[in-house]
Amino acid sequence: MATAAPPPRRRTFRPAPFGFLAPAIVLFALTFALPIGYAGYLSFRKIHISGLGLGAGARSEGWAGLSNYTSALSDSELLNGTLRVLVYGGMLVPIMLGLALLFALLLDADKVRLRAFSRIAIFLPYAIPGVVASLLWGFLYLPATSPGYFLLGKLGMSGPQLLSGNGMYVALANIAVWGGTGFNMVVIYTSLRSIPAEIYEAARIDGASELQIALRIKIPMVLPSLVLTFFFSLIATLQVFSEPTTLRPLTNGISSTWSPLMKVYHDAFTQGDIYSASATSVVIAAVTLAISFGFLKLVGSRAYGEQQ
Amino acid sequence: MTQDATGVSAPASVSALPARLRRIGWAPTVGLLAGAVYCLIPVVWVLIAATKSTAQLFSTFTLFPGSGLLSNLHDLSAYRNGEFWTWMLNSAFYAGVGALLSAAVSGISGYALAKYRFAGRNAIFNTLLAGVLMPPVVLAIPQYLLMAKAGLADSYWSVLLPSILSPYGIYLARIYAAGSIPDSLLEASRIDGASEWRTFRSVALPMMAPGLVTVFLFQFVAIWNNFLLPFIMLGDDSKFPVTVGLFTLLKQGAQAPSAYTLVVTGSLISVLPLIVLFLSLQRYWRLDLLSGAVKS
Repeated sequence: MATAAPPPRRRTFRPAPFGFLAPAIVLFALTFALPIGYAGYLSFRKIHISGLGLGAGARSEGWAGLSNYTSALSDSELLNGTLRVLVYGGMLVPIMLGLALLFALLLDADKVRLRAFSRIAIFLPYAIPGVVASLLWGFLYLPATSPGYFLLGKLGMSGPQLLSGNGMYVALANIAVWGGTGFNMVVIYTSLRSIPAEIYEAARIDGASELQIALRIKIPMVLPSLVLTFFFSLIATLQVFSEPTTLRPLTNGISSTWSPLMKVYHDAFTQGDIYSASATSVVIAAVTLAISFGFLKLVGSRAYGEQQ
Repeated sequence: MTQDATGVSAPASVSALPARLRRIGWAPTVGLLAGAVYCLIPVVWVLIAATKSTAQLFSTFTLFPGSGLLSNLHDLSAYRNGEFWTWMLNSAFYAGVGALLSAAVSGISGYALAKYRFAGRNAIFNTLLAGVLMPPVVLAIPQYLLMAKAGLADSYWSVLLPSILSPYGIYLARIYAAGSIPDSLLEASRIDGASEWRTFRSVALPMMAPGLVTVFLFQFVAIWNNFLLPFIMLGDDSKFPVTVGLFTLLKQGAQAPSAYTLVVTGSLISVLPLIVLFLSLQRYWRLDLLSGAVKS
């Protein structure tokens, strides 16, 4: 779809592109590569305490071998956090992308009224910070401030408790669905718009219904976009941090180590153990990279291939 | 218009409607409006809740406006001598300057990656893109430790510097440059004797401007909405962006319910600049760039 740059005409060495890339390369080295390397280094270090650990010099940093890794990997809280995030992501990603695809197909349908209004309204949550979204939904989950609970109460019913127990997964997934559907919808919709109309004409002449056109033509044609949005949603899900952190003051149902990244933060800043936090974060980064590359390999070059 | 393509799942009674109404695709329209209502619920709620006093917030029906908007605004402005407005200014500074620098770096990098062939081009591009995959906490903690070593922790730089490099931005700028700048123009400029820098400055950059506005917007929203990085880097309340500021206010709400009113009013004000930016610059939200669907 995207046109690749035409083949080169000259093959002599030119310093210009490296000069142009210098700011990005320097920033990458300083704010990505160096911190990652430092985290890797710290993950093999620990504080050695000599004697009773009192007085200057009693605590010194030294090599730890793999001990930070063995304790990180055997920590049940990391496993539990991972399972919680998997449950959360298992609800969130299919619902969010399903809705995004549905809304994109509806936007692309014929004779829709108020199309612009709906598109803007559904995309609007993208502009709202995750922290503020969590605050707003947090208040909507609180029976005291929620119109939903008020109306249910008038009907003599009590709503589900979303801020405790398993309701928490629904509460958190809903915030992410709300925030992410519009963005993904617009990505998918844009790729729907790039399908030539003649294809639909041909299908209609062959007697295909709008539903058949959607299922047999539109969805297969936007598959690369779906793959891309699935991939980015998956990465974002594994990295969830702000939303559960923001909901914590409103409920007792979220521990300070609810998600793996919250555990890393907790270990580093509440426990003050930057070494085991580094080991855990290296493990998380390695798993994320493995999933990403595995996924990209699995889908072949469909999503990114047009870039190369 | 002999075909009846109303299709998807139009109600059976459609044929009884007047022709004008029959031309409306009811099922998709209603489906989309339901989505729009869902997405607007929290926005409508906060608009109304911000008008309520603390007592009204917890006692009156939530969708019924209260009478406390002005006093809420006054209380919010009075909170620690206007600290809320400092947070807003900080957010504007981090997001505005950060996004501007990010668009500049992305633009020049994307141009180099799209318009030159050189050894290591794909390796550099893939390495920069891999940055997207790094979980933010994994980056932010060592970034904080290194900033602390450099004496920069808890400074404006500690939030600004890590916000400049945007793998997404470089990706978008590269696609945009590849699709919008004809090679013939660059060649013509070179034949006229312009230097590479001048060719970029006066030929390529103006053609990339709309794409760079897009990069600026994405990065502005990303930095304005960022919570984790400033949360980790900053300790001094007066340097907080509004996201971290509102979070600290919410934590106080557990002890003092009046803080909830400030949080609600503050939430409303904090999203207004983004909504304005979003609605006024709509045509620059070029998400098609993300799916690589740019046509030259």
